[in-house]
Amino acid sequence: MSGPVVTGLGAVTPLGLGAEEHWRATLAGRRGLGPITRFDSSSYPVRLAGEVRGFTAAEHVPSRVIPQTDHWTHMGLAAAQLALSDAEVDPAELNEYEMAVVTAASSGGTEFGQREMVNLWGRGPGFVGAYQSIAWFYAATTGQISIRHGMRGPCGVIATEQAGGLDALAHARRLLRDGTRVAVSGGADASLCPYGLVAQLSSGRLSVSPDPERAYVPFDPEAAGYVPGEGGALLIVEDAGHAARRGAPRIYGEIAGYGVTFDPPPGSDRPPALRRAIENALADAGVAPGDVDVVFADAMGVPELDRVEVEALTAVFGPRGVPVTAPKTMTGRLYAGGASLDTVTALLAVRDSVIPPTVAVRTAPDGLDLVLDAPREAPVRCALVVARGYGGFNSALVVRAIA
Amino acid sequence: MSEERRVVITGIGVVAPGGIGTKNFWGMLTAGRTATRTISLFDPTGFRSRVAAECDFDPAAHGLTPQEIRRMDRAAQLGSVAADEAIADSGLERGALRPDRIGVSLGSAVGCTMGLEQEYIVLSDGGRMWEVDHEYGVPQLYGYMVPSTLAVEVAWRAAAEGPVSLISTGCTSGLDAVAHGAQLIREGSADIMIAGATDAPISPITSGCFDAIKATTPNNADAEHASRPFDRDRDGFVLGEGSAVFVLEELSAARARGAHVYAEVAGFASRSNAFHMTGLKPDGREMAEAIRVAMERAGLNPEDIDYINAHGSGTKQNDRHETAAFKRSLGRRAYEVPVSSIKSMIGHSLGAIGSIEVAASALAIEHNVVPPTANLRTPDPECDLDYVPITARDHRTDVVLSVGSGFGGFQTAMLLARPGEAA
Repeated sequence: MSGPVVTGLGAVTPLGLGAEEHWRATLAGRRGLGPITRFDSSSYPVRLAGEVRGFTAAEHVPSRVIPQTDHWTHMGLAAAQLALSDAEVDPAELNEYEMAVVTAASSGGTEFGQREMVNLWGRGPGFVGAYQSIAWFYAATTGQISIRHGMRGPCGVIATEQAGGLDALAHARRLLRDGTRVAVSGGADASLCPYGLVAQLSSGRLSVSPDPERAYVPFDPEAAGYVPGEGGALLIVEDAGHAARRGAPRIYGEIAGYGVTFDPPPGSDRPPALRRAIENALADAGVAPGDVDVVFADAMGVPELDRVEVEALTAVFGPRGVPVTAPKTMTGRLYAGGASLDTVTALLAVRDSVIPPTVAVRTAPDGLDLVLDAPREAPVRCALVVARGYGGFNSALVVRAIA
Repeated sequence: MSEERRVVITGIGVVAPGGIGTKNFWGMLTAGRTATRTISLFDPTGFRSRVAAECDFDPAAHGLTPQEIRRMDRAAQLGSVAADEAIADSGLERGALRPDRIGVSLGSAVGCTMGLEQEYIVLSDGGRMWEVDHEYGVPQLYGYMVPSTLAVEVAWRAAAEGPVSLISTGCTSGLDAVAHGAQLIREGSADIMIAGATDAPISPITSGCFDAIKATTPNNADAEHASRPFDRDRDGFVLGEGSAVFVLEELSAARARGAHVYAEVAGFASRSNAFHMTGLKPDGREMAEAIRVAMERAGLNPEDIDYINAHGSGTKQNDRHETAAFKRSLGRRAYEVPVSSIKSMIGHSLGAIGSIEVAASALAIEHNVVPPTANLRTPDPECDLDYVPITARDHRTDVVLSVGSGFGGFQTAMLLARPGEAA
């Protein structure tokens, strides 16, 4: 066969390092949300986050690169290495121009940037560090992965806030049609510093609940925002023929379809465009709604946005027409890393034919078959991942077991 | 289908230093005027480089409402005004098109840094607090933190409900965003793309970070002549700002509605050097490969190229790198074809400049005039091509190669052609 398949998974998440560790914790319904430890958050209305615990940059990032890069890029480099190892890709053995890196970026190297603004505004213009120019900007992670692994193909960086993970994977798929054979793609994010959190607060979408069991409960009547997190996932998206020729150890599934739309401006009387993104993704994959075995919902946790998603899903699949889940209730929302992590989780659900649970939510809307609390064993051959980004971005991706 | 859909530029909007609006911009380039001057957007005292190319930009005079002005960071303002001009120029009637077939592909290297920094100063009370004070946060702060806001603003203006994204590949963003827009039309994902880029990096933190690596010129005494690509006496780039936005559409649709077609986006390709985040090898190997693949995709040969719009940032390593890349990819033709850098006049606006250079390239085809490289008085002996010094040149221009090179090691090449020229 030809076409885009996923041959490697690399995850760095509040539930673990590596896709398998993340997956086991997800099936166990482990809670990844807790008090913020990266800085003193006591003066802020939000004090919870999904932090990646036990992550030591020195174990994953070349020592020379550590001071040149933000925490965000450390996680991206770690996830890329994990994904390449999982796929047993040795970049040195492949054509340099046939390998590409496409990542999603949401807010760049926020913590690094804040430190350098302290130097500038607290001490003076001569005190900005030499690495600010390459650590803060949105292309830092893609550039560092490209350099580390000698990938000289067409690299990319897509910023569509929290929809970015899917848009990056779709772009990687596009590159495979044009000569690229192997793409490292997805996203990892980390904006848990004071300025990063305060900026997120201004979106009005963060939950101020201090209770990790109640703070992020999408679709629940008590939903009142979300909890931010850090981490994400990078995947190896590979041409199927190439994967077969090099003897890739496994194929998790194919990227079968993608749809992308943008909402009308605030105040417009036109309908939200999420439903159309989902319909376009299914059409692109050549599957009917009845072929989809599970939906990984965007699950914003903001009542109005939850309502829009429930309406879109019931319009496409019918009331309770498909099992829906939101394992991100265990990690918080990982911004540029969230949707690619959902894609990893969806591919593992396909592999093991089990739907991971949504946690903490007590009451789901009538129209939604939300898989609550415990995993549900069911044949899973085809999964839909939904993601939205601040301002009106809607993306949907279909992954499927290979025939 | 994807093989047959050809993409053309039918509308151009430019906000550039020294020239707001496409007409003023082109007039300035062909006059060889420079817009570099001592920084006025902030007090540059204490900075190593105190020169920049700034836009004399009054958002209200260009139609932005008081609420838009309050909400938008400067980069969003520049991009919105450029998008408005491009849409008006295209003759497309807003509201007459299917919103789901309209998309946006905007590029930016540093997003809304200016807004982000200004708010940081307040929230940290002048850099005094690490735990910044959230009670001083403005509602649009989150919009400043995520660069995708720039694409959102343009999408709202264009009533776009198709694919919308912000491309942020550093200094190749402007070329990559236009390439992405063209790709989406080719593959059938959209019929109209509002594509381009915007950046407003003339702020203390961005100036400070380039100071720290000595990338920008210290020639503060002679600001007007500080941007000197290919000149022996160059000493770093001059920071700029601005935006260029295009209406891209499919060729037959454009012709069917009688649109004016500036140029076809005939081919493009990107490669990465996987070498260093800021360093370039002198051999130009990966840029040459991007040029070769772009020509192959466009069905064009080196002999077809009439003009090269260079990256020409005015750093020694860049000028040698790309001169080598032109020779490597075009052979003998590299010596025959005029090459110029408009950064000599309008500085380097990071992610925006690639799109502004696409505008200059399309206008070179439109007018059969090649803009000059200003300030090129004493050629660097290692840069031995025809860099069109000082004065614009009348020159039959059917095909233009425009290239970009940036932090992260990214190299992009794009070919623009008079419609009918590409295979």
